[in-house]
Amino acid sequence: MTADHPRPPPRRRLFALGRNELKGLFWQVLVVGIALAVIAFLWSNTVTNLSARRITTGFAFLGREAGMPIADSLLAYSPRDPYLWAFVVGIANTLRVAVIGIVLATLLGTLIGISRLSANWLLSRLAAVYVETLRDIPLLLQLLFWYVLMQALPAARAAWRPVEGVFLSNRGLILPAIPIGSPQLWVLGTAVLGLVVFYVIRRRLIAQQMRDGRPRPAWPFALGLIVALPAAVSLVLGVSWTIEWPQLRGFNFVGGLTLAPEYFALLIALVTYTSAFIAEIVRSGIQSVPRGQWDAANALGLRRSFMLRQIILPQALRVIVPPMTSQYLNLTKNSSLAVAIGYQDVVSVANTTLNQTGQAIEAITLIMAVFLTISLSISFFMNWYNARIALVER
Amino acid sequence: MSAVTDIPEAPRAARRPQIGNPALRWLRTNLFSSIPNGILTVVLLALLAKGIFSFAQWGLANAVWLTPANDSSACRAVRGVGACWAIIPEKYRFILFGTYPFDEQWRPALSVVLFIALYFLSTRRALWRRELAYLWIGALALISVLMWGGVFGLSFVSQDRWGGLPVTLILATFGLAFGFPLGILVALGRRSKLPAIRSLSVLYVELIRGVPLVSLLFMASVMFPLFMPSGFNIDKLLRAQIAIILFAGAYLAEVIRGGLQAVPRGQYEAADALGLSYWRKHRLIVLPQAIRHVIPPLVNTFIAFFKDTSLVLIIGIFDLLTTAKTAIIDPAWQQFSVEVYIFVAAIYFMFCFAMSRYSRSLEAHTASR
Repeated sequence: MTADHPRPPPRRRLFALGRNELKGLFWQVLVVGIALAVIAFLWSNTVTNLSARRITTGFAFLGREAGMPIADSLLAYSPRDPYLWAFVVGIANTLRVAVIGIVLATLLGTLIGISRLSANWLLSRLAAVYVETLRDIPLLLQLLFWYVLMQALPAARAAWRPVEGVFLSNRGLILPAIPIGSPQLWVLGTAVLGLVVFYVIRRRLIAQQMRDGRPRPAWPFALGLIVALPAAVSLVLGVSWTIEWPQLRGFNFVGGLTLAPEYFALLIALVTYTSAFIAEIVRSGIQSVPRGQWDAANALGLRRSFMLRQIILPQALRVIVPPMTSQYLNLTKNSSLAVAIGYQDVVSVANTTLNQTGQAIEAITLIMAVFLTISLSISFFMNWYNARIALVER
Repeated sequence: MSAVTDIPEAPRAARRPQIGNPALRWLRTNLFSSIPNGILTVVLLALLAKGIFSFAQWGLANAVWLTPANDSSACRAVRGVGACWAIIPEKYRFILFGTYPFDEQWRPALSVVLFIALYFLSTRRALWRRELAYLWIGALALISVLMWGGVFGLSFVSQDRWGGLPVTLILATFGLAFGFPLGILVALGRRSKLPAIRSLSVLYVELIRGVPLVSLLFMASVMFPLFMPSGFNIDKLLRAQIAIILFAGAYLAEVIRGGLQAVPRGQYEAADALGLSYWRKHRLIVLPQAIRHVIPPLVNTFIAFFKDTSLVLIIGIFDLLTTAKTAIIDPAWQQFSVEVYIFVAAIYFMFCFAMSRYSRSLEAHTASR
């Protein structure tokens, strides 16, 4: 139809703006002008105020000695280190609670989400009560609550021992651990490398199976690359994997892995709170798979595990992944509540820095930069994952 | 004709014979449908019974309910085995109203009642009209008069003496009342065809959503004085309120944007065809539909936001959580913080639970249409 009436190409002349374009231009100039004016106003005030207080702007202060104690950190730190290193330690602490929190919250949330759909009435009701209670109480309140409980635990000498080798006291949670040094890291690195190589090989095998239809088992490669190869490296290097059991010496524990009360309270609060939201996401994701898909899979006589893995989960994940991403982002941002109980994450370090040096703008810029980087990385990863599992329409 | 009737009727699903007591049958299908399920039920029941029993022993049987004023000796005697609920009657005035002058505390109490009435009226579908906006303005003005005083024979109470539940409700309500229009503007900006406006909106939303609320609050408490001309300073509560409004605006903008995307293109085109201006098009045609689409997620955002106001604790503003935390600094009562936290948690829970129930009923209502 349109071929019968070829439209004349729209004439475009520079500076020949219609009424609408003029209006658009006017609004844009107005809004941007206001925004710039506000920023300029704030900026000039800030410059005057800073010079009045004799605070030099810039990040030079990062090289000065921090002098703040950080009790609990993965990286070696002493108060004589510069501010820059204090920030790095704070970032490591944020990541430590966020990454482990995300993993645990996903596991717990999935478990509770599935429980909510259980045929067992009692289990599904309990899961519902869990979700409803935790979702409706502020996280900060839950955090303070856990921290108070943690402080009310018995002293190290009278510590609870739920399992042999595990101690729970007002010093935190102490677990038996395998000391990880550089030889152990070599072995673990080999395992990761093996995993990557295995993944590439598996893709090849699947592509070949797609071509000729002959199944090629991937498990021998998995066994070789992920288990046998690291084991061999471990044997050759003579790496020891002995478990270190914590022991009570005097008023404190020696050996093992210690989760300080602040870290442990923050982790519990973040994991339980976020798991309630994740449970709802998982539940609605599974429920979004139409009944017919279950019936069809049953009619094909598929095994239940195969059916869940190959039919239900891929479809549920499409609904689950986007909201899950925002829960991960929330957990990471919520880890900044650490400042309320004195766990030194990046916000807490920045806050102390700000009080000590008065470099408010720089400290807050650093916080924002760190969180924007973390948020963008998580979004990037989840978007990549989401694109991978998205529906491919043929 | 006969050929049609010859088609055998589709077999009806064979109905299970319904034997036995209905209660037993319910137990059978819901709790003991299989052996693993039965074991699970028994284990869960045992755990539940143990949990309820130990909580009841701590919270009811061994609890201390009342003590003489300012005397916590009875509580300290049962420490570890029983709850000290006596701390609530001892401290509830401080927890609920903070340092507001004691004899004037009927004013914040009345404000709380007004807030709750306002929320309740706003949930009534029949009242979703323009008058509701006037009602909001009137009620918020009345609450301001009550809290501040200084007119009609009420003594003036400056806002650094406000505290407790009214502060939480003020932060949440004013945050929403201003954050909502801001959110609408930003959502429209983000969908605008004008590149400068669009990128400004995107920048605002992504910056605010990318950082934790805590850092915004720090900014409000520490950096705001730097931003302002020297000599000009506004109150801490108002600064936190501004941070909360900016925060709410960004999150609400994203929800409203979702609603705008759900409005069919034809609606925009029809409005354009009628020759409506941009603002009239949105006010009369697009926004009413868009917002209706997103009422349930909006209510969820309200809930999240209500809980998030508790973060002002970190910059030392006396909201409900801060007054609770301050109430247990008193050395005589220091050890009984769990009881106070449970009390405050119950208050937060009631508000949030009511909202989430309401959100669910709305969803059911939309789904049934």
